[in-house]
Amino acid sequence: MRERRVMMCALVLAAVFAGGCGKKKPPVARPVPPPPTETSPTGERPPAPPEPVRENPIVPAEPTISDDPLASGDLESINKNSPFQPVFYALDSSDVDAKGQQSLNADAEILKKYSTWTITIEGHCDERGTAEYNLALGERRALAAKTYLVSLGISADRLRTVSYGKEFPFDPGHDESAWSKNRRAHFVVTSK
Amino acid sequence: MRRTALFLAGAAALTSLTLLAQQQQQQQPPSQPAPQQQSEVRMTINGPPGVPPKVAVAPFIALSTDAETVAAAKTIGDVLSDDLAYEREFYMIGKDVLATIPKATSMDAIPLEQYKELNANAIVIGSVRKTGNGVAVQVRVIDVQTGKAAFGKEYSGSIANPRAYAHTASDEIFKQWVGLNGVARTKLTFSSDRDGERMKGPAGDREIKEVYIADYDGANQRRVTATHTLNITPVWAPDGKSIAYTSYRRGYQDIFVSYIYEGRMETPANGSWAKQNYLPVFSPDGTKIAFTSTRDGNPEIYVMNRDGSGIRRMTDNPAIDVTPTWAPSGNQIAWTSDRTGNPQVYVMNADGTGQRRITTSGYCDRPTWSPDPFNEIAYAMRVGAGFDIMVYSFASGESRRITDGIGSNESPAFSPNGRHIAFASTRLGKQQIFTIARDGNDLRQITREGNNGYPNWSR
Repeated sequence: MRERRVMMCALVLAAVFAGGCGKKKPPVARPVPPPPTETSPTGERPPAPPEPVRENPIVPAEPTISDDPLASGDLESINKNSPFQPVFYALDSSDVDAKGQQSLNADAEILKKYSTWTITIEGHCDERGTAEYNLALGERRALAAKTYLVSLGISADRLRTVSYGKEFPFDPGHDESAWSKNRRAHFVVTSK
Repeated sequence: MRRTALFLAGAAALTSLTLLAQQQQQQQPPSQPAPQQQSEVRMTINGPPGVPPKVAVAPFIALSTDAETVAAAKTIGDVLSDDLAYEREFYMIGKDVLATIPKATSMDAIPLEQYKELNANAIVIGSVRKTGNGVAVQVRVIDVQTGKAAFGKEYSGSIANPRAYAHTASDEIFKQWVGLNGVARTKLTFSSDRDGERMKGPAGDREIKEVYIADYDGANQRRVTATHTLNITPVWAPDGKSIAYTSYRRGYQDIFVSYIYEGRMETPANGSWAKQNYLPVFSPDGTKIAFTSTRDGNPEIYVMNRDGSGIRRMTDNPAIDVTPTWAPSGNQIAWTSDRTGNPQVYVMNADGTGQRRITTSGYCDRPTWSPDPFNEIAYAMRVGAGFDIMVYSFASGESRRITDGIGSNESPAFSPNGRHIAFASTRLGKQQIFTIARDGNDLRQITREGNNGYPNWSR
């Protein structure tokens, strides 16, 4: 529940900033997706709807004038054009190679510059591994990237990991060009 | 002498109780009320020695003329024919051949002589009659030589799912005729993206997967989760009342145990971002769950009591240890480890001692231990660009290939009698669930909508 609360706050803030920069519209919290309505007669009950945020409405701060779209952008736009370089891995491997270290060095600089950001490191695999083993391999890939970032001085508290195995390929193709893109640690900014 | 005879001790009452108990277990709501056995006839059928009995499933007779009863009679006959063919214990006389024989209008007026001409040993026939609150279904197995019923049961209940009558009759016929536990009343569970729903997240839209269940033959496919996130690796509890699976509904991976007929669930592994848990599997007695977790910093195998207490770590290795499966005795666990480089299948005692590798080369994952009486482990092995289903025999120490290199074939799961394997395959394009006999014959497609994976078979 605490996570959800934090997420909600993040969404509210993001909406506030986005609204503040451009249009005249008053800032509104981004609508929370409604709870699922469809349940089979035998199905589980849908998860309880998110609790409404009960804090006092946040007064929108004066928008900071900034040329830095990363500082002012919302999470969605940041992640759409992510400043982070993914780490790519060899087949069946979770070792961070020299190129991967270069990417992580650059990623660490961004995390130092935006010191309030927290990120989720997603581990992904290509379709040439089995679905089950890939869940563990993806986890190792994400953990390997996290360990390297921590060694560069990034606080482990800012780095979460999750493995998606081969569930979410970035390239749906069935050749090495696609596979090499799908073996990665992918960075998602989850709060700022 | 398995197929000597339909035996019947004078224990009809006892059988009846057992049947009811089984059905209460296996046909939970919302399936219809369990059909009730009301009568039995004792008899034997003797076919020629060494040859499977030749069985003719005659069209079932609708004793009421309304469309619903007529349709139910047809469904029950057709499904029972498929059920009886599934175990390949009988030589089933083809429908086209049977179509040449005039339809019986009463169970007492079966054209025996014409079945004799087809060399049939047994006729399976039945009738469906509308009653005040449902239907009464009679099923008989007639010995063609004597014209007498070797098996006779009457079931009654709702007409909502006529297939259930056929499945119940099939399992009872197998039990009494060949002493075999049929699988007609078992169910599959799997993960599917067929709804085409997507979850919105900071990383953009992504396809979700929900947990589904289906009858063993693919009928009655039904969604059991509605979480709008990724739900994978479902497995049945041995009692068939709950399903454990891996869900990302809280962002991280955690194990959910869903009591699918009650609408309640538990998260016994009590996960968090730092303690992620996945790939659960129930012990054969249902009291424990083995799973994979990174709670100590690396994917390892753990076992916990079903309520989450008594968590014990089974592996301790800097490599990956993942995807456990229990031996039918509950005394051993097989799993995948890449401690020697590539993923291989290992076996250990249920207390973590005696770890040893059983596969020797290549890339092998997702072991699944066969139920008795086959002391074997199925797994997926990398072959070319994809995977094939293999079965390792403890008796020979060798593996044999079950699938044929077409598409990629993964995630094997045994039927409770060990005679069939469900698996996921891309052989037709999208990933679908198939079943195949343990000798590699009799491939059947179970799912057709969307992509479907991670099958598991109820006990």
